[in-house]
Amino acid sequence: MKKECVAMLLAGGQGTRLKSLTKQIAKPAVYFGGKYRIIDFPLSNCTNSGIDTVGVLTQYEPLILNSYIGIGSDWDLDRKYGGVSVLPPYVQSEEGGGWYTGTANAIYRNIKFLTQYEPDHVLVLSGDHIYKMDYSDMLDYHKASGADATISVIEVPWEEASRFGLMNTNDYGVITEFEEKPENPKSNLASMGVYIFRWDVLKRYLIDDAGNESSSHDFGKDIIPAMLGDYKKMMAYTFDGYWKDVGTVASLWEANMDLLEEKPELELNDHSWRIYSKSPNQPPQYISHEANVHNALINEGCRIHGSIDHSVIFYGVHVQEGSTIRDSVVMPDVKIGRNVTINRAIIAAGSVIEDGAVIGDPSLDSGITLVADEDSVLAKSYLEQIIK
Amino acid sequence: MDRIAGIINLDHEQDVLDELTYFRCSAAVPFAGRYRMIDFTISNMSNSRIESIAVFARRKYRSLMDHLEQGKAWDLDRKRGGLFILPPDWNDPTDISQGDLQHFHNNIDFITRTFADYVVVSGTQNICNINFRDVLEEHKASGADVTVVYKKVDELYPEHKRAHKLTIDESGRVTDIHNDQRSTNVYMDMYILEKNYLYRMIEDCIAHGCSHFFLDGIKARLPQIHIHAYEYEGAHALINSIESYYRHSASLINGANHEDLFKEEAPIFTKVKNEPPTKYSQDSKVANTLVANGCVIDGHVEDSILFRGVKVAKGAVIKNSIIMQRCEIDSNAVLENVILDKDCRISNSRTLIGVPEKPYVVAKRVSM
Repeated sequence: MKKECVAMLLAGGQGTRLKSLTKQIAKPAVYFGGKYRIIDFPLSNCTNSGIDTVGVLTQYEPLILNSYIGIGSDWDLDRKYGGVSVLPPYVQSEEGGGWYTGTANAIYRNIKFLTQYEPDHVLVLSGDHIYKMDYSDMLDYHKASGADATISVIEVPWEEASRFGLMNTNDYGVITEFEEKPENPKSNLASMGVYIFRWDVLKRYLIDDAGNESSSHDFGKDIIPAMLGDYKKMMAYTFDGYWKDVGTVASLWEANMDLLEEKPELELNDHSWRIYSKSPNQPPQYISHEANVHNALINEGCRIHGSIDHSVIFYGVHVQEGSTIRDSVVMPDVKIGRNVTINRAIIAAGSVIEDGAVIGDPSLDSGITLVADEDSVLAKSYLEQIIK
Repeated sequence: MDRIAGIINLDHEQDVLDELTYFRCSAAVPFAGRYRMIDFTISNMSNSRIESIAVFARRKYRSLMDHLEQGKAWDLDRKRGGLFILPPDWNDPTDISQGDLQHFHNNIDFITRTFADYVVVSGTQNICNINFRDVLEEHKASGADVTVVYKKVDELYPEHKRAHKLTIDESGRVTDIHNDQRSTNVYMDMYILEKNYLYRMIEDCIAHGCSHFFLDGIKARLPQIHIHAYEYEGAHALINSIESYYRHSASLINGANHEDLFKEEAPIFTKVKNEPPTKYSQDSKVANTLVANGCVIDGHVEDSILFRGVKVAKGAVIKNSIIMQRCEIDSNAVLENVILDKDCRISNSRTLIGVPEKPYVVAKRVSM
């Protein structure tokens, strides 16, 4: 059955800079915002944009991601035609098997999947970013301009521009040059990792790229430069809104803190653009007599007896009397004992923090402390080191 | 493993929760911050691996149907079995059944077609966390025809007045079912019996012009049939009045029964609303309160329950109150001993104060 546009979500990344947060899960499965996993954002964006066919390319530690996505019902992506399909690398009859060797290789190896929908356009997404975006507006722009490829860009501060892949454009939004992390940026339009390609064009480039042994099979490094080199019509679509790469412990922490602004740039309480997620099915949160809660996001199943200041608390977290949590992110099902002090930290899911522990450093110039291990015993020994 | 089917019989549940049951049956009344009364019954059944459940609805079932949908929230969207909501639409010209026997008669296909060996019949006014598998084990061991569930209450409250009570001998056999005001053995409106036995009883009841299956079919035959009593020992709340609704809500806030009712191994499920976590501002002050998701709290809330998506503006004060879904409390409003049904709006500086014995109840969608 024909679909105008099919989304391909690259979700195989390891996210090594998130350290032990991604020890057992792929980066798109990392928790965010008191309730969500990163992948909820692109998946919800697809649903809200009317894109009902999504291939999710998995590779690194797929167990949790696979069971989390399931048949996609939490994002309304359980469809008779289309819906969500998890696409791990597999052994092919002629070419044999092997891991996805790059982002372009991952799509190339799933040409069969795409062909069954005969799409006019393919939307390529990454599972690494937090943002709310209407892809259908971008698709309209892409179609109206008649581009072979449209790349979503966002203006970043000039002083930070050299950290990004930058698009140099002419006055009409046509991309003239792509530079990966240049020292002297000529533009401050950063690629968001959101691409729309005409499928017939992309398919040709993917096949050519696959035959090129010197290629790293990457969209940014190989496919986009090759298309630019051939003078394909490539447009920049400027996105105006909140967009954040949460690839490091510090940026993940920061993005969570952004939600605590009085009027956050990324409003999660938005009925016109809901972010869907798997429900943990827990009773309402309980805020006790002794508790002191200010400037916080707190989710279901929590039992708060301590003090929460400027923090994001996921579901199922218990905080006992006398404990203080400040400027921190506490992931699901963490149990915090009495008289614990936590400052500027991320506490990974399932950790057990024993009575009297002191975690993190309140001074603003200190880094973000990460207490991360699914295994609570290890968390304890980690804490003992800190307390000493 | 024995298969059990479930029947949730709402026929005799009166709409006695004042404003809260103006527009809905009592099974659909919101409770405990994010649930409806019926969620406890259905979750108990579903957690007991009862995969085929019929709901005998009679009145005001629109909001009930909206809430239950296909039963997905309870894992009841099944190919085999699943959830059947059965409103009173029947057209059998030979039908002579009366009362709730109308439901049993006209939906007899549910009973004959189900693969189950046993049937649990339950109402929704007894909030609890019960495992019907345990009830079945005891039922089978006792060799009884019917096993009824009861709770031995520590203290009698007005809501127990209308409930039936049991007299039980040492072997656990029921010797009398009555309304003795001094008895503390409160019948919980739940029983289990063999499917074939149920089928024969239904036929017999209809033939004798009965109109109340439990009273005319089970209670009235007490000397002839063997009724066993199963004692439920967990958290229990009988809700059949505003007074009992309000008191049990308050006891839930105070933590009594909380862990007994919301067990990790037997969770209570409800329809998912996809609300974000609740946001507390710099000025919020919240104490001893149950808060559901999607709330935005800028004001002062104490000893209360906030359902999903409630907004409390700066300077507003809420005490000893139950505020249902999507209500908006504007700045400097004061609410004390109040129950606000869904979608209410209380404007700037309004004051509503009820008394603890009789909370002030505001019907759905009222602005004041």
